[in-house]
Amino acid sequence: MSAWAKHKVFETKSMVLLIGTLIVVSIGGLVEIMPLYFLGSTIEKVEGIRPYSPLELVGRNIYIREGCYNCHSQMIRSLRDEVERYGPYSLAAESMYDHPFQWGSKRTGPDLARVGGKYSDEWHVAHMIDPRDIVPGSIMPGYPFLMKTPAWSSDIADDMRANRMAGVPYTDAMIAAASADLQAQGDPDSDGAEAVAQRYPKAVVRDFDGDPELVSEMDALIAYLQMLGTLVDFSVYDAAGDNLR
Amino acid sequence: MNIEQVRTDRAALGELFALPAVALVIAIGVAEIVATRDAVMTFHAGLLVLAAGAAGLWLLLRRMGGRAGEHEAGYNHAVVRAGVIASMFWGVAGFLVGDVIAWQLAYPVLNFDLPWTNFGRMRPLHTSAVIFAFGGNVLIATSFFAVQRTCRTRLAGHMAPWFVFWGYQLFIVLAATGYLLGVTQSKEYAEPEWYIDLWLTVVWVVYLLVFLGTLFKRKEPHIYVANWFFLAFIVTVAMLHIINNAAIPVSWTGTKSYILWSGVQDAMTQWWYGHNAVGFFLTAGFLGIMYYFVPKRVERPVYSYRLSIVHFWALIFTYIWAGPHHLFYTALPDWAQTLGMTFSIILWMPSWGGMINGLMTLSGAWDKLRTDPVIRMLVVSVAFYGMSTFEGPLMSIKAVNSLSHYTDWTIGHVHSGALGWVGFVSFGALYCLTPWLWQRKRLYSLRLVEWHFWISTLGILLYITAMWVSGILQGLMWRAYNSLGFLEYSFIETVEAMHPFYIIRALGGTLFVFGSLIMAYNLWRTTRGDEADETIMHPEVASASALAKLPAE
Amino acid sequence: MTYESVTSFAQIWGMFFFIIVFGAVLAYALWPSNRDKFDRAARSPLNDDIIED
Repeated sequence: MSAWAKHKVFETKSMVLLIGTLIVVSIGGLVEIMPLYFLGSTIEKVEGIRPYSPLELVGRNIYIREGCYNCHSQMIRSLRDEVERYGPYSLAAESMYDHPFQWGSKRTGPDLARVGGKYSDEWHVAHMIDPRDIVPGSIMPGYPFLMKTPAWSSDIADDMRANRMAGVPYTDAMIAAASADLQAQGDPDSDGAEAVAQRYPKAVVRDFDGDPELVSEMDALIAYLQMLGTLVDFSVYDAAGDNLR
Repeated sequence: MNIEQVRTDRAALGELFALPAVALVIAIGVAEIVATRDAVMTFHAGLLVLAAGAAGLWLLLRRMGGRAGEHEAGYNHAVVRAGVIASMFWGVAGFLVGDVIAWQLAYPVLNFDLPWTNFGRMRPLHTSAVIFAFGGNVLIATSFFAVQRTCRTRLAGHMAPWFVFWGYQLFIVLAATGYLLGVTQSKEYAEPEWYIDLWLTVVWVVYLLVFLGTLFKRKEPHIYVANWFFLAFIVTVAMLHIINNAAIPVSWTGTKSYILWSGVQDAMTQWWYGHNAVGFFLTAGFLGIMYYFVPKRVERPVYSYRLSIVHFWALIFTYIWAGPHHLFYTALPDWAQTLGMTFSIILWMPSWGGMINGLMTLSGAWDKLRTDPVIRMLVVSVAFYGMSTFEGPLMSIKAVNSLSHYTDWTIGHVHSGALGWVGFVSFGALYCLTPWLWQRKRLYSLRLVEWHFWISTLGILLYITAMWVSGILQGLMWRAYNSLGFLEYSFIETVEAMHPFYIIRALGGTLFVFGSLIMAYNLWRTTRGDEADETIMHPEVASASALAKLPAE
Repeated sequence: MTYESVTSFAQIWGMFFFIIVFGAVLAYALWPSNRDKFDRAARSPLNDDIIED
């Protein structure tokens, strides 16, 4: 009865099944993903998108580490109520330097795509330490420990190099000044403060957490939140024309 | 020389060659510990060294004891037994963490304002524990069981199946501890960082080789359809895992990496992965379980073998396109959204084809639903499969999705599939496997299976109805306008409205956890050979007694 | 590579491709001479206690 009498390295039927399966399951991904890299219309042509400043990048990494994406989206859909609640719908261009993207899938809390500039730094600090102190019905966890932790223990320049390898246009100058920029963005009185604003247009340079002694994780996270959705000037953005899709 | 002797000699040789591999892994781990400045990397490299050291010690002890190459004869049931124990352990753990985070959403004080216990870190712990730790162990155990038996040959490899089992447990421990310590890529259901992903890739390739190797040496001309589903699950998950997790580590001695893809392309890649984690991990793999365990328990062949073939190809072809339904009305180009919606709706048909095939396998034996609660569990799981694969296409209609997306409706949908389908079909399979593998005449208690069934079903119903109401309610509140044309509700009002439903959901989850504890107790007593005094309950149940009489060879 | 050229290609050839693949699967599943093989295979889990190697 043994139909498989001869010893072969690859038995034919199981290999046909394996390769057939691989071909069948490859098609969908190829058709849906590959064109996103080749179709010019995928990412809008807009002014103002830039890589994250070192402090913002550290803040973004804290956002990722604490799993904020589990409850907050960063993707305003093109629906009337969302645009009225959160602001102009999100563009693909606005996350083009996001490795990985943080669009999220659930809004246990509100969307954060345009939270930048909506609340004061003091609001964010108090809210982060005890959310229910500011918003009584909130179910967000508190993050008081961010105040006490310094913003980065290793060299953020290495992170910027990794980002550059993945396609983010960090210049040599940006990488060389990474540590200085990180400190300067949380300290508006420092010598480097102006340089940060020049290298990273629209970067907010402030002592975010009100503690001048330490550039903390709280500074970094708020620096990130305060720039979210602020880079594109929607008063001049042309949703028609080339960007009509 | 007989085949067992050849096999033992070959296995002994394999054990010898495994020693340098173990040494290499230890060397890599020690090098990381010496070079890294990252505390989590030190911890994880330490775990790797400990695991490899334990493996090396085991190999040495066997060699010195003259037991190298020794193994049970006949089918390899030992690794499946280990898989059953691990499944039960991770199942209870994963359900428990899920229930804890459900209570956190109802009462945020339970986050304790600590880094290690906040919802953001615990939620990936829950999802990974239930999907990969529980579901993955169930799949490894059942696929190893089904493939060797339907191929009428011993599982390929001597140590390879054990490497898959223990390597996979190490992956789980690395991933889980990493999340709590803040090591995550933030890609949903793909949170483990680059080095854990690499380890999983190694384990997974060996898994594929064990499975293929068993198919290669099968004694049956035709490959049984359950194995098609298992094979598709293994290779597709490999493809998804490698592409979605492509990343650039900041340093070889640090935990942090940056995903190669960005923005809209990363979103598409992630949900291509994410939806097919559902499609191939939680569906194709578990359909393999359905196609093996339902016929076996009912003692009837599958309703239509031809339908199962069409089911297989239609399902794997269609599923892979469905990812964009997670990205409707976003910055993903419309053409991709339209493709995703089209295929998601088409997906209803192969899904129901499979459901009908599973349910109709009982035709002529419907009375067993009444007498055997294990069959009832399997059948209800298929019914839940049918329900959630109807709900899924419905939610993939853009107009419906505009309401349901970002809300608890999605969570409810996932859990009707996860608790009802994946959970129950796994429970059914484990209830079948335990007496078979430990050579017991029957389960310790069918009455406890009844309790488990009803408590869990009640838990699931509480869960999904609460999430339907809260999801639709929140979706409607977000888009409600008042008579002056302004948005009616602030965001926080919509959060406060969820509170009662979060409590109901958490209660449902508590019931589900409780049910799984009953199951763990029942299985434990079964492995000890205990039998509760409930003679009336026990009809002659499929194969269990026949299997117990089975000589090893 | 423009959006229009990609869609027209996909809409024509994609449809043909799907129909052909589906037809091939149906043909394999329903081919009369495969019936015995499938009937036998369907019983495979029911009598798998005896290992053959």
